[in-house]
Amino acid sequence: MLKHILTSLTGGPVTEAAPAPADQALAELAGKLDKAAKARLGRSLSIREVDAGSCNGCELEIHALNNPIYDLERFGIRFVASPRHADVLLVTGPVARNMREALVRTWDATPGPKWLVACGDCAVSGGLFAGGYACVGPVEEVLPVDLRIPGCPPRPTDLLAGLLALLETSAAR
Amino acid sequence: MYGEEPLFGLLNRIGTPVEGHRPWPRYRLGRDGWLRLIEGLAGNGWSLLGLWGEPKAVHAAFREDFSGDVAVVSLDCPQGRFPSLSAVRPAANRLERAAHDLYGLVAERTTDPRPWLDHDAWGVRRPLSEQPAAPVPNPGPYTFLPVEGEGLHQIPVGPVHAGIIEPGHFRFTANGETVVRLEERLGYVHRGVEGLMQGRPVAEAARLAARISGDATVAHSLAFARAVEAALGIEVPARAVWLRALMAELERIANHLGDIGAICNDAAFAFMLAQTSQLRERVLRTADACFGHRLMMDRVIPGGVATDLPERGAGLLLELVAELRKRFPPLVAIYDGKASLQDRTVTTGFVSAELVTRFGAGGHVGRASGRDQDARRSPGYAPYDELTFEVPVLTEGDVNARVWVRIREVEQSLSLIEQIVARLPAISRGLDHPSVPLEAGRGGEGMALVESFRGEILTWVRLDGEGVVTRCHPRDPSWFQWPLLEAAIGGNIVADFPLCNKSFNCSYAGHDL
Repeated sequence: MLKHILTSLTGGPVTEAAPAPADQALAELAGKLDKAAKARLGRSLSIREVDAGSCNGCELEIHALNNPIYDLERFGIRFVASPRHADVLLVTGPVARNMREALVRTWDATPGPKWLVACGDCAVSGGLFAGGYACVGPVEEVLPVDLRIPGCPPRPTDLLAGLLALLETSAAR
Repeated sequence: MYGEEPLFGLLNRIGTPVEGHRPWPRYRLGRDGWLRLIEGLAGNGWSLLGLWGEPKAVHAAFREDFSGDVAVVSLDCPQGRFPSLSAVRPAANRLERAAHDLYGLVAERTTDPRPWLDHDAWGVRRPLSEQPAAPVPNPGPYTFLPVEGEGLHQIPVGPVHAGIIEPGHFRFTANGETVVRLEERLGYVHRGVEGLMQGRPVAEAARLAARISGDATVAHSLAFARAVEAALGIEVPARAVWLRALMAELERIANHLGDIGAICNDAAFAFMLAQTSQLRERVLRTADACFGHRLMMDRVIPGGVATDLPERGAGLLLELVAELRKRFPPLVAIYDGKASLQDRTVTTGFVSAELVTRFGAGGHVGRASGRDQDARRSPGYAPYDELTFEVPVLTEGDVNARVWVRIREVEQSLSLIEQIVARLPAISRGLDHPSVPLEAGRGGEGMALVESFRGEILTWVRLDGEGVVTRCHPRDPSWFQWPLLEAAIGGNIVADFPLCNKSFNCSYAGHDL
């Protein structure tokens, strides 16, 4: 354990920042996101994630944003436990009818100003589950959507890029 | 065991075999035969593998654990009623409730007749029956089981939980800090997968199968693909068989690494999550580089695989194995040596061997409580019959045992990946990728048992002559693990629930379908 702590202290961060060609987009994004977040929200954006019928694929990639490699919190963006603490609802899934009421109540519990991000193909368009008896379809049929991040599931870098787009849109309002 | 009748002995007496069901037989029983079966089940140890409905029939699958024999039994129920198995196989109860909600089949003398997947929100009742009914005008609230006693209070949690997690409802009844009873209510993620699969060509249905549970996407795709291949009686190319195993083991490692870290994180030991999540990311990136998708979704398809390993793939995989072999053991040593962690995980969330056997629970939940079952070994499938691996089994049945089973499984999977890379058959000339086209004009019924990182997935499928799915039932391992979580938390403190829950890591989406 002690060895691990020493290695962690002396080994430098594992967080990716180096502008290697493949990661250039991510590094560029990091700078822009930081500026926009400062302007609008004073370095903080709190996200409440709501699974409205996802297969859990999107959740896995959202989890990855919290790992030390993507380290979302360095931008001042964090996931919170309650909608009462949130600026943004990040919604996944084709809105299962069994989850519709819970989703609406979570949105109602979120204080304004608030934004809603539809994350993943299911939330954006209903995906493969559109048209069935058990799903409503895209999130926008239930609540107003500010941003769509497609992908099945979106990669962590897509998610980061999407959250930046949200900041720019909301700052322009 | 002494005095028990073999599975096929009984079924041959009470039922008639059905043609065209592969690879294991299916028997059609009459009502008398079904009652005889229930009588027989009361006195023997056959595991229930699944139970599913159709508009006018009910099917159940069993395995004789000792011999590994598997069989499906079917009962035509024109009146939509069948005698319940739940008294002799408690694991059947939720499956029977699901069959009722979707197909309107009534389980007679059931131990629990409440709805399960149907939350009165679909706008229709019995959606997959021949005659779906209008919704109930004023549905009352769902009735939780009554709990009475002095000093008890209830804590309702969910469906939206305080984390990045799937939705479900937990109703705790506690006395002070001690949980007296937990009751689950699931079904929030019901997307109607079985209904959507009906009438779809195999290729489209396979995309749905890949999205039954995102963390077990390879395993569910594999179970679906193998069931279709069994129904059509086709063989997939050897290289595809080995590539499938490669993806399945990568998926197992990625999930176990994530879960080991998450369990420690719930014991306030965040260091472990920070470390294992880096290793998990490393696995996902290798999967991405090798198969073009981090979770390897839609890469296993009926007939073979959708992508072949690139030229540098083998090298990348061996590098990954080498790195994990270097970085994982020190973390295991830390887990093993931290009293603050052991204090939370040892003896917490105990599940008895008797209970996992009664429910036929597989995966790390079953194996941490002494149930020595692994579908890769029994009934077994290629290429695992040619590979060397051990199935770790412990008997303590607590959170700690479930963590250790996962640790040992990661080690086994690393060895499996090495073996697979070393022996991967070469691709035959003239093929873009290793898969065989599915021919139209054939149909049949097939089933498959596949070991996901959670345990055994059963998929049963019926195809018509045009290669269209007429009925498919994928049964996630979680069906037989969720009920045990209710038992595991009893007598523990409320704060230990996240630990118990994470050590099980049952799927919500896979269960709710």
